[in-house]
Amino acid sequence: MPERDALERAEDFVEVALGYPEELARAEAERCLQCANPTCIAGCPVNIDIKSFIGRILEGDYEGGTRVIKERNPLPAVCGRVCPQEEQCEKACILARKGEPVAIGRLERFLGDRELARPPAERERPETAPPSGRRVAVIGSGPAGLACAGELARLGHAVTVFESLHAPGGVLTYGIPEFRLPKSIVRAEIDALADMGVEVVTDTVIGATYTLGELLEDQGLDAAFIGAGAGLPVFLGIPGENLNGVYSANEFLTRVNLMKAYEFPTYDTPVWRGRKVAVVGGGNVAMDAARTAKRLGAEEVFLVYRRTEEEMPARREEVHHAREEGVEFKMLCSPVEVLGRDGWVTGLTATRMELGEPDASGRRAPVCVVGSEFTIDCDTVIVALGTRANPVLTSTADGLELTSRGYIVADENGATSVPGVYAGGDIVTGSATVIKAMGAGKRAAAAIHARLGAS
Amino acid sequence: MPFEVLQKRQLSEAVFEMTVAAPAVAAKVRPGQFLMLRVDEHGERIPLTFSDWDAEQGWVRFIFMVVGKTTHALSHREAGETIADLVGPLGKPTRVEGLGRCVVVGGGVGAAVAYPVARAMAEAGNEVTVILGARTADLLVLADEFEKLPISELIVATDDGSEGRKGLVTEPLKELCDAGVVDHAMAIGPAIMMKFCAATTRPYGVPTVVSLNPIMVDGTGMCGACRVSVGGETKFGCVDGPDFDGHLVDFEELMSRQRIYADEEREADAAYRQECSCRTK
Repeated sequence: MPERDALERAEDFVEVALGYPEELARAEAERCLQCANPTCIAGCPVNIDIKSFIGRILEGDYEGGTRVIKERNPLPAVCGRVCPQEEQCEKACILARKGEPVAIGRLERFLGDRELARPPAERERPETAPPSGRRVAVIGSGPAGLACAGELARLGHAVTVFESLHAPGGVLTYGIPEFRLPKSIVRAEIDALADMGVEVVTDTVIGATYTLGELLEDQGLDAAFIGAGAGLPVFLGIPGENLNGVYSANEFLTRVNLMKAYEFPTYDTPVWRGRKVAVVGGGNVAMDAARTAKRLGAEEVFLVYRRTEEEMPARREEVHHAREEGVEFKMLCSPVEVLGRDGWVTGLTATRMELGEPDASGRRAPVCVVGSEFTIDCDTVIVALGTRANPVLTSTADGLELTSRGYIVADENGATSVPGVYAGGDIVTGSATVIKAMGAGKRAAAAIHARLGAS
Repeated sequence: MPFEVLQKRQLSEAVFEMTVAAPAVAAKVRPGQFLMLRVDEHGERIPLTFSDWDAEQGWVRFIFMVVGKTTHALSHREAGETIADLVGPLGKPTRVEGLGRCVVVGGGVGAAVAYPVARAMAEAGNEVTVILGARTADLLVLADEFEKLPISELIVATDDGSEGRKGLVTEPLKELCDAGVVDHAMAIGPAIMMKFCAATTRPYGVPTVVSLNPIMVDGTGMCGACRVSVGGETKFGCVDGPDFDGHLVDFEELMSRQRIYADEEREADAAYRQECSCRTK
């Protein structure tokens, strides 16, 4: 897929990947074997009929292709960009056995973008069942909540989505940067859900403004889905972590993406623009933070990870992009102290690691090399080590069973210990991916629909 | 989601009280909790602690000092206009039950937060003494309202002696500790004041709670901007606080972290003042 030049793009927040023009999309679709028993569909967490939408592209019926996707996924332009297709549908593509799989994600994006290029009034509106008279609360407007809401609306239920921030989208809005997922696209796909009748209420924290019990009892909602996301960022637990210039990736990215600090002072929220930035972690969020720091003008950005590039959980594509844009990888390094002067970061001391025996995750466990400490000269440290469960909602929800780490206990359909209350996404599984959360939201929607139909 | 400003009152040159319609929030507020607001679509999210609320009439009230662009812009919102966003109530409520003889210290605009706390402590049956402090008489906040509370004593202290005693709030606090009539202290105000209040009560072993005001972004536990060191542990001001044991808080770190964006705040405020003066010309 065409991309902007690495050096040019690392200066701004405009999208990196340009998307397929029509002729490339058609050529890519031609590669699809249109298998009699397509294996790709099972590889998709929301089971999009991939064979069929690619077939529509071949016929030039792009609206029809979008319709096929939207039967299963309300956010094609989002998912075409951020799904790890190489781990899912594309991995299952028959062509992947011998070479390059069909670029399913890029074709999904092609259709999603074409759809959004049409005037809003002409866009595809999934057919919705007649109103059921039932009302469902969806808590959190991130991927899990939006997928759940879209599906419930399609099935004819009245859905209200509650969002604690001032803008909907969850991690799509506050977390994933503009250069990877433009916010206008997130907004447009959420607007399409609103067109289907989904009501989105911002500035409302369930657990604070209303409790879960109040939604179900006082406001008479028939069921609820919790897709509140994970929440509390994990810090290093090392000396110096509260110095000025140490950020959680959540804070750094929220300032830049949600609050648009990259446009300060046009937007009021500032962000500290470091010259030398160390990002700690190896996931997609770490890549996003490193690439964002580069765009904010950092001369040097180091990615500090305690294992090797091979064990990094980030998508290969993101790792490749980060490298291309000049992020310097410091592998097999584990931070031991943030150094500071007058309250501000001046460096990060780390120790060298080597890989030992495989651990519980199956990856080889990093082991500290004694006496190998060294210091990285930097004025900013961004910690991207994932999140813990947020207690704001769960601590006020009577009877909701939690794991020892504070996540909600839910079965494969999202059912929790409270009848009528379902949950999915990071608040159940811990940090995962956009599409897995969407899959959980959709399964819960099906279960809620079955419950409401039965009662 | 816009929220209507019902009333704006200027309490001194740079201090304003604002009442905003927010029925769902008003129904839930308890003393010591805070809200996050955003003035307009380009605005910053800032935390402000409730000074009052009315569940039946559906409004919440807060008091703020103009210190930067956001508070400056907020002070220009008139009754009938709206602010872009208001969310809450956030944070854990202040403990007010079964405390015995309490001293509540409110410094500067911190008095606005002390007001509902002192009221709730008195209503819960505690014996409450309030110490109000400010640089000068003009900057005393809600002194008349405190007068009307069922509290045993109101002590006013100003740095310049323009009202009440001349001197710092820590002096009457120390006298009360010396007299042995304090079971529980609560200090709400600038970090430096809370630091010295905690230092004053420490030798007496009087439990002292402080209401911290670190920088926040989301206010719901998601970002960790508000982290503070309490007894050597990192806590989040928004979800673990805002109240903490004043004898365990690292105030130097708090004050340093409050200054992170001092340069950017000056830049934004200067630009805003320029823009305002252009508009009025």
